[in-house]
Amino acid sequence: MIKIEKRNDVPMALYFFTPFIAIILTILGGGIIFYILGFNPIEALKFYFITPISNLYGLSELLLKATPLCLIAIGLSFCFKSNNWNIGAEGQLTFGAIVGGGVALLFYNQEGFYILPLVILAGAIGGMIFALIPAVLKTYFNTNEILVSLMLVYVSKLLLDYLVVGPWSNPEGFNFPETRQFSDSSRMPLLFEGLRIHAGIFLALAAVMLSWFILYKTYLGFQIKVSGLSLKTAKYAGFKGKTMILVVFMISGACAGLAGVGEITGPIGQLHRMISPDYGFTAIIVAFLGRLNPFGIIFASMVVALTYLGAETAQIFLQIPKYTGQVFQGMILFFLLASDYLLFFKIKILSLKKNELRH
Amino acid sequence: MYKNFFRYLISAIFLLGFSVNSNADFKVGFVYVGPTGDHGWTFQHHEGRNAVEAAGIKTTFVESVPEGADAERVIRQLAQSGHDLIFTTSFGYMDPTNKVAKDFPNVKFEHATGYKREHSNVSTYSARFYEGRTLLGHIAGKMTKTNTIGYIASFPIPEVIRGINAMTLAAQKVNPNIKTKIVWVFTWYDPGKEAEAAQALIDQGADVIMQHTDSTAPVQTAEKAGVWSFGQASDMQRFAPKSILTSIIDDWAPYYVERAIAARDGTWNQQDTWHGLKEGMVAMGPYNSAMGADLVKEVEQLQKDLASGKVHSFTGPIYDQKGNILVAEGKVADDGMLAGMNVYVKGVEGDIPK
Repeated sequence: MIKIEKRNDVPMALYFFTPFIAIILTILGGGIIFYILGFNPIEALKFYFITPISNLYGLSELLLKATPLCLIAIGLSFCFKSNNWNIGAEGQLTFGAIVGGGVALLFYNQEGFYILPLVILAGAIGGMIFALIPAVLKTYFNTNEILVSLMLVYVSKLLLDYLVVGPWSNPEGFNFPETRQFSDSSRMPLLFEGLRIHAGIFLALAAVMLSWFILYKTYLGFQIKVSGLSLKTAKYAGFKGKTMILVVFMISGACAGLAGVGEITGPIGQLHRMISPDYGFTAIIVAFLGRLNPFGIIFASMVVALTYLGAETAQIFLQIPKYTGQVFQGMILFFLLASDYLLFFKIKILSLKKNELRH
Repeated sequence: MYKNFFRYLISAIFLLGFSVNSNADFKVGFVYVGPTGDHGWTFQHHEGRNAVEAAGIKTTFVESVPEGADAERVIRQLAQSGHDLIFTTSFGYMDPTNKVAKDFPNVKFEHATGYKREHSNVSTYSARFYEGRTLLGHIAGKMTKTNTIGYIASFPIPEVIRGINAMTLAAQKVNPNIKTKIVWVFTWYDPGKEAEAAQALIDQGADVIMQHTDSTAPVQTAEKAGVWSFGQASDMQRFAPKSILTSIIDDWAPYYVERAIAARDGTWNQQDTWHGLKEGMVAMGPYNSAMGADLVKEVEQLQKDLASGKVHSFTGPIYDQKGNILVAEGKVADDGMLAGMNVYVKGVEGDIPK
């Protein structure tokens, strides 16, 4: 007979170490998959995890890809820590990009130092407003935020579709589903000539610092953590639960909105239908891999970003199907959850005594 | 005599060896917007790549590259990793292709369906799919009983509108009462939406369904409803054997092989290619025997005439929906007009979404 028991004494160090175990197991698992597919696993893993970042351009691309993931995951960590399951970061990203992009389009033929800050602010507000919808519905109408935030993803994507096909489409663009190019004043400044890494990375770093400060140094952070551990305790302590739910969703939405605006004013430079390859969903993996810890999330965002780049490189050099990137992301999450389970629970195998059976 | 022969032989072997050496690491890269799959847009480009490979040239591809921020990195990585010619096979790669081309003047770039050639190492190419639509229109006009043709359209770009118009004009020629009903699905690939659109058109009385989208859902819906349909991009006959009358096939293979060899041999030049039935970039799938031998013969003749230039898909008089003349009697629309087409011809119902 197998019995599962909760462990009472989980060492903190081990808790932060298991993500590394998950990553190592993923690499091993990936090696086995490559071997089964008929590739030399060592060579394949080298193309996957080393080649993409073996030059300056690759490092810049890694940071470029990690920036939105990090931003969104930081926002999500507020929600997840306080037991609010915001699954709709992709929608908040899209809506933020719509609002920010709308402002950028207003200034499409103008230059000025004030334009970019306005665009960024608009994006953050857009994401915030969009995240408020599931938050308000949860606090005042008791709806399930998982469902509402997820369904709103489709709403925002359809809205973006409508805008880029219809009213916002480029008048000189032969009806192709895209807007005008933004003016240079609406674009994130590049950090280095010839590389795509842009000033948006500072937004992500600022978000990391700020979230660390809020979570660990303020009363709000304390409330968030207590609510996450036990809602009953939080109520007993007299915390204003409703306000907190609204606030964590707003923070989360603002971060996702910033990520969206960073993409369209950074590498893309206009609005079209494909502004995000589902960063909002992938960031959920990032948040958990980073243990909902601001600095853990920086690390996790780079690991997950590398799975995207590695999948491309592996296909270019070895013609390994690009979808292995998603397999890797899935494996990371799987091994993380599995090792968490083993961390928090003991599995006891009890031998049944004969007289017990007779009873 | 023999001396000379050996001299030539030796120099020929030498030259051959030399040319093989200099070309041994010549590589062609392909960027696909979808998975390679077994039918549709990307599958056809992949078939073209296979032909290049069969011609003895090394190739690489990257599939499902989103048309957002990722495209530029993939194209750049291909250029950086020693690819000499890169085909970017979707409209959304237009700006990234030109951007990377600027930084790699020695690499040649070929962008499908775009119009920007900002650097001398960027060519563009597309196919005159509308010639295929003319054939479909002729068949549809003859086969319909309800005089209503249902058209599943993706985006209101000139390419799609051109197809709708070419089909309608050809159908009217054999059946003046033809009406074309359109459902815009605003996607290139979404089986769910495409099936719904097909059903909606069938419910409105259309007994011939055609699509400018990539999935097999419309032909399968047509098969179930017992109406006619046409395959798109690939031969889709096996997905709806009773319903499909023929398919428009995108055959990129001859062009890809030609361009790859030209790039390898140093004769590649920038150009804007728009090939059709004549060059074989547009081909037709097998004709359904339900069409009857006479109609098949007619269509095959029309196919020949379109290829030879005897017949043009857009021959005047052509009127817009309000009855204004677009192309005068005896004239044909020029490529400029075709490239920017943004009005429906008479007989198409509804308005172009704005």
